[in-house]
Amino acid sequence: MAISSMAASSAISSSSSPFVTQKDAGVSPLFAHPSNSIKISQKKVSTKIVSVMTPQQSERKPSTTGSVKTGMTMTEKIFSRASEKSRLSPGENVWVNVDVLMTHDVCGPGSIGIFKKEFGNDAKVWDREKVVIIPDHYIFTTDERANRNVDIIREFSHEQGIKYFYDIKDLSNFKANPDFKGVCHVALAQEGHCRPGEVLLGTDSHTCTAGAFGQFATGIGNTDAGFVLGTGKALLKVPPTLRFVLDGEMPDYLLAKDLILQIIGEISVSGATYKAMEFVGSTIESLTMEERMTLCNMVVEAGGKNGIVPADATTFKYLENKTSVPYEPVYSDDQARFLAEYRIDVSKLEPLVAKPHSPDNRALARECKYVKIDRVYIGSCTGGKTEDFLAAAKVLLASGEKVKVPTFLVPATQKVWMDIYTLPVPGSGGKTCSQIFEAAGCDTPTSPSCGACLGGPKDTYARINEPQVCVSTTNRNFPGRMGHKDGQIYLASPYTAAASALTGFVTDPRDFLR
Amino acid sequence: MSTAASLANTTTFSSSLSRRQQAPASISTFNVFNSTAQRSFKPLISQSIVVPNPTVSRHASIVAQATFDSSPSGSATSFHGACYVVRDNIDTDQIIPAEYLTLVPSKPDEYKKLGSYALIGLPESYETRFVEPGEYQSKYSIIIAGDNFGCGSSREHAPVALGAAGVAAVVAESYARIFFRNSVATGEIYPLESEVRVCDECKTGDVVTIELEKSLLINHTTGKEYTLKPIGDAGPVIEAGGIFAYARKSGMIAALAT
Repeated sequence: MAISSMAASSAISSSSSPFVTQKDAGVSPLFAHPSNSIKISQKKVSTKIVSVMTPQQSERKPSTTGSVKTGMTMTEKIFSRASEKSRLSPGENVWVNVDVLMTHDVCGPGSIGIFKKEFGNDAKVWDREKVVIIPDHYIFTTDERANRNVDIIREFSHEQGIKYFYDIKDLSNFKANPDFKGVCHVALAQEGHCRPGEVLLGTDSHTCTAGAFGQFATGIGNTDAGFVLGTGKALLKVPPTLRFVLDGEMPDYLLAKDLILQIIGEISVSGATYKAMEFVGSTIESLTMEERMTLCNMVVEAGGKNGIVPADATTFKYLENKTSVPYEPVYSDDQARFLAEYRIDVSKLEPLVAKPHSPDNRALARECKYVKIDRVYIGSCTGGKTEDFLAAAKVLLASGEKVKVPTFLVPATQKVWMDIYTLPVPGSGGKTCSQIFEAAGCDTPTSPSCGACLGGPKDTYARINEPQVCVSTTNRNFPGRMGHKDGQIYLASPYTAAASALTGFVTDPRDFLR
Repeated sequence: MSTAASLANTTTFSSSLSRRQQAPASISTFNVFNSTAQRSFKPLISQSIVVPNPTVSRHASIVAQATFDSSPSGSATSFHGACYVVRDNIDTDQIIPAEYLTLVPSKPDEYKKLGSYALIGLPESYETRFVEPGEYQSKYSIIIAGDNFGCGSSREHAPVALGAAGVAAVVAESYARIFFRNSVATGEIYPLESEVRVCDECKTGDVVTIELEKSLLINHTTGKEYTLKPIGDAGPVIEAGGIFAYARKSGMIAALAT
């Protein structure tokens, strides 16, 4: 497909960014083969340049290359397998077989309502082992409707014999609920529901998190979910892929959150609309599963349809003992066509924030050091996993001081909560995260859930109910996101959030980590 | 009444299906790639439907055939009313803040309540409220927006709240994909796209008409007219009342037992 060069130049010149054109870097224009471009772009790069963007690729017609077949990207291959079509291209609408459908307490009742209305009150779901129902959004609240909604999904799960329903009944003590997990996207991973090569749909925009496992995962609405519940199929359009090649050694003050904020800041909140975002490169290969999940989690904030990371030894190791369902990873062909390719030299990046009120309102953390803050929030599917808390603890440990603002800790799942209380923090002489948090004066880690990431009912823990400034490890900062319309949310990595808690201002974590 | 959810039986389906094939919406996906704005990849979910393939499994081919059947007659061809203008990146938290998501759209009384909260999340800089306190519907039946309307969450409550509030159509420069998809699937609103920044030239309260078949937006207050991108194959789906209603109308899935 021919890409207009105007699009490429507008993307490059849209902001004062570290991305430069091939011309600026003094290298020749690149064509279709990513492997060639690696060698070329590493030459002649000045120390100021932190990343290089290739011009958007133009399609070379088969007659000019002599090749009739072109390869497929990994997203296209997943669609191909799921729709039982040997070949397909971006733009095609195909019916795919769904491997897993997830829903939660906010969208579950609506999806169930539609399912029953359309397929009949006595209808059965297409496969009771492929539907995963996870109460996680509005759990620890006295809101009657919220509590009723958990009852609705419980009743449905029992009636249908849903195998994976992570129930909670005792709201006063989450540990008293043996089945309860917590935040859906983290629970899906921890319970082995994310597998390479599969199609996972969920009634939540951050379902894209699961792309970290090399699968196609995206969010859908209640009506689509109702349809899937009945048929096990969904009509989806094959997305073209944007490829992000991240190379370079990850500095010890950066986390995956900084990488994705860098990218969203670059391409904007609509830069990846309807597209797949594929992440490859040596840096990606060095990331843990949880870091890959953070990366894929926020592709929706760039408008992305799905994020995807090729499965490798790290993935397989994580999945050991978590799932007995056989899976088959797929990988992008060398000849696969990408809509555009972005190359990033990670070693040149610095800690970032997304300033109010947009995830693409990117700024260097160090340039925001005069911003006084009122609170810090560490939690959510984006920044409330075990490694996120270990990271925050690392900064607090390095400082040895107490936080200057209320610091709220919301573990994503039961397992994360357990890890906070049991895992030793490296370099601490055997202390756990919880001990470090307590010594630093943070709030006690609370019951696992989505918490105040999206505000929620008025009595939600850590909800912003006044016009305050908050540094948060969550994923969105549009007006009113965490509650109050005039709340100001700075999205950041756990390192940056912890550093900011220590000073009471937006703070670059290098102030404590070096 | 069937106790197992399933797609319609093939034999009855194929014999009743009209083979009338509507030309795909004017924008083919390749044209979209050629557009100058990088962001304007605007597929409609029923656009460029795959031609039935004999090797495709039974269920898939049923559905693929069905989408060619469209019924242009007796359709809603125009909307008329006061418009409400918003800017870029109106996300789902502004359309329906998360605290109202305990309302379940499939319950009629809660559906109605969602309407009363439509766009209540807009900042104070929007001086005119979309729905007056105490009301369930807005006096503005058409929303005019900038880029990336509906970005953020996958919550279907967003197009539902707008539809419940009486919105007939949104005219935006571009949409976020889940919102667009949900609008079509529910049939709640027509998510129409403009070719220019109409939001810069219209003001809240302007009286407008949308001629759907002509893909035209007329602002009577300013006297200006704007071409819209044709809604294409998504139109019949919305008109039928969403994908399920459409699927029944076209014989794709069995009619509801009464």
